[in-house]
Amino acid sequence: MINTVPPAIIFILGALLIPILKGRLKSAYLLLLPIVGFINLINIPEGTNWIVRFLDYELVFGKVDRLSLFFGYIYHLITFLIFLYAIHVKDNLQHVAGFVYAGSSLGVVFAGDLLSLFLFWEMMTFSAVVLVWSNRTKNSIAAGFRYLLVHITGGLCLLAGIILHVVDTGSIEFGFIGLQGLATYLIFIGFGINCAWPGLHAWLPDAYPESTITGAIFMWTFTTKTAVYVLARAFPGTEALIWIGAIMTVFPIFFAVIENNLRRVLSYSLINQVGYMVCGIGIGTELAINGTVAHVFCHILYKGLLVMSMGAVLHRTGKINCTDLGGLYKSMPLTCIFCIIGAASISGFPLFSGFICKSMVMEASALGGMSIIWFLLMFASVGVLEHAGIKVPYYAFFSHDSGIRTKEAPLNMLLAMGVAAFLCIFIGIFPGFLYSLLPYPVDFEPYTPFHVVGMSQLLFFGAFAYLLLVLSGIFPAEVRAVNLDFDWFYRKGAMVFMMGCYALNNLRVGVQALLSKFVDETAKHGLDPLHIPALATRYIQLKIARVFFKDKAREYEFKFRRIQKMGESGMSYSTDIPRERIGFSLILALTLFFLYLLVYLIFYLPEKL
Amino acid sequence: MREDLKMGKKESETGKSYFFDKPKNVKIVFGVFYAVLFVSLVFEFLIHKHTFFRWEEWPGFYAAFGFVAFVVLILTAKYLLRPIIKRKEDYYD
Repeated sequence: MINTVPPAIIFILGALLIPILKGRLKSAYLLLLPIVGFINLINIPEGTNWIVRFLDYELVFGKVDRLSLFFGYIYHLITFLIFLYAIHVKDNLQHVAGFVYAGSSLGVVFAGDLLSLFLFWEMMTFSAVVLVWSNRTKNSIAAGFRYLLVHITGGLCLLAGIILHVVDTGSIEFGFIGLQGLATYLIFIGFGINCAWPGLHAWLPDAYPESTITGAIFMWTFTTKTAVYVLARAFPGTEALIWIGAIMTVFPIFFAVIENNLRRVLSYSLINQVGYMVCGIGIGTELAINGTVAHVFCHILYKGLLVMSMGAVLHRTGKINCTDLGGLYKSMPLTCIFCIIGAASISGFPLFSGFICKSMVMEASALGGMSIIWFLLMFASVGVLEHAGIKVPYYAFFSHDSGIRTKEAPLNMLLAMGVAAFLCIFIGIFPGFLYSLLPYPVDFEPYTPFHVVGMSQLLFFGAFAYLLLVLSGIFPAEVRAVNLDFDWFYRKGAMVFMMGCYALNNLRVGVQALLSKFVDETAKHGLDPLHIPALATRYIQLKIARVFFKDKAREYEFKFRRIQKMGESGMSYSTDIPRERIGFSLILALTLFFLYLLVYLIFYLPEKL
Repeated sequence: MREDLKMGKKESETGKSYFFDKPKNVKIVFGVFYAVLFVSLVFEFLIHKHTFFRWEEWPGFYAAFGFVAFVVLILTAKYLLRPIIKRKEDYYD
């Protein structure tokens, strides 16, 4: 038995050493850190560990049970794969942000109380945004700020909920919460924003495609899956989640069909996949929770694999739009094969990992007699086939030949993709290994003949429909375009807000100019009070002359201009105004006031006293 | 881009061709695909069905659902969603 530490500590503190190290030592360190973390993880005893007293509360940094351990395993595994994939990247900032992001996600997963959960929750937001900004483009900076805007709103919503909840219950323990009252609703929505619920999801397809090639895999892994974890912990069996999840699986697939940017397609795919998990949590039976959690594991691997393969394409060609790519199987055959394995897994073809996890949630909905939900999930499965199963590999690697000839992805990227692809198939063929890690005992057989035949029919005939639609020319051609999403509301809303601000500012500038002109004029004429009546007189004379004595108009105009000029140039109208008289009158006035004061003091004050 | 062109030129000089450049290979892939479609339909009648809903017992239900759902999805996205949300690429700039 070795001494263990909270899993988050290893990653977060370990990240601080990265900038000091150089060359091969740094590469080795990046790969070693997740392994050290994993050894630490498997030695942590189940139960409640690392309790720290803080004010009147107890912070728990290690609530360890089968659910949190399961997330711990997959988080360590994917962190290792990402750093294998990213080992060539020289940017320390990205590596540090990546480890802090993974570490704070582990912090949330093992948090036994709401305060430390919130702390790690916010750390996730801020480390993730660094991975968007690290791309250092104008778009990524802007998208990063929008990401922050949404997540800080969500974080504050969560914090408000937590504070109300702690006041209500007197305890900061994080466990089952359930929907009852304002506090729990606020927590629910706070979690929901990170989970990309319908309407709250727009930050995801907005920011994720702007992240760096390697940072993207972190993004696609941690925020949403950690939100799934906290929902599974706090709100299992909440009926609203069934519908939220089912809608999440369906609506993004329509967006994905017409999207040109393949990383945005994968963003919509992510929302769709998380939908299955949210739906499973809502159903809440042991089978459904098992299915959700198994789906998290498989999903992180095959979605990671797909994002890695698209990252490799972006790395080699600098392009990611369907309209720019095509025919890459000729120069990147291995990446192509790995991508197809990822696509087959996410679509849920038999013998691939998606098949053994997605069917659990489907069966849970069928067992609950939820026919509408079942139909929605089935429909979504066809949608997954369309955008992730066919579109992503087809447009990148086949389609019309774009003429791009490049090199195969670097060795480290191929290795990372290879391991992920191997695991996708291994889990698909031997699901028992994964099932043994699930929170509840598993009584589910994925490979019944009917299951296999049914899913095969669904997917192959979906593909057949695709073939016919393409051949008939009905299938929508990819075009360069921006497709609107819910971020329209705050992107255009922000523009309207800014325009309002500019308008208000212009009003302020106008009023200020008017006031200062007034003050200016008053001060100017105050120096020379006789100028005003003279000017007015000459003006009236001019007007009269123009109407009645037209022959003299020029003369009067000249006189008027002269007076006006005198005022503008600060010259006095007539130099013989004795200015000292102003001072003299002032003294006179003050003397009178003084006399008045004396009279008051002598005659009236005594009476009052 | 210049490098791409150079490599493309080399390709035409050497006469190198890839897997899907040969019509024969494409034919084989399609042949396998149609065979799988057929097999998946036939197998349904050879196995025991363990169903939850009555419509799952209808022969070819999954095949029909997959086909129809796919068509509905594409048509909705193309004719309903795209006209509403499509904008020029510089819409937000």
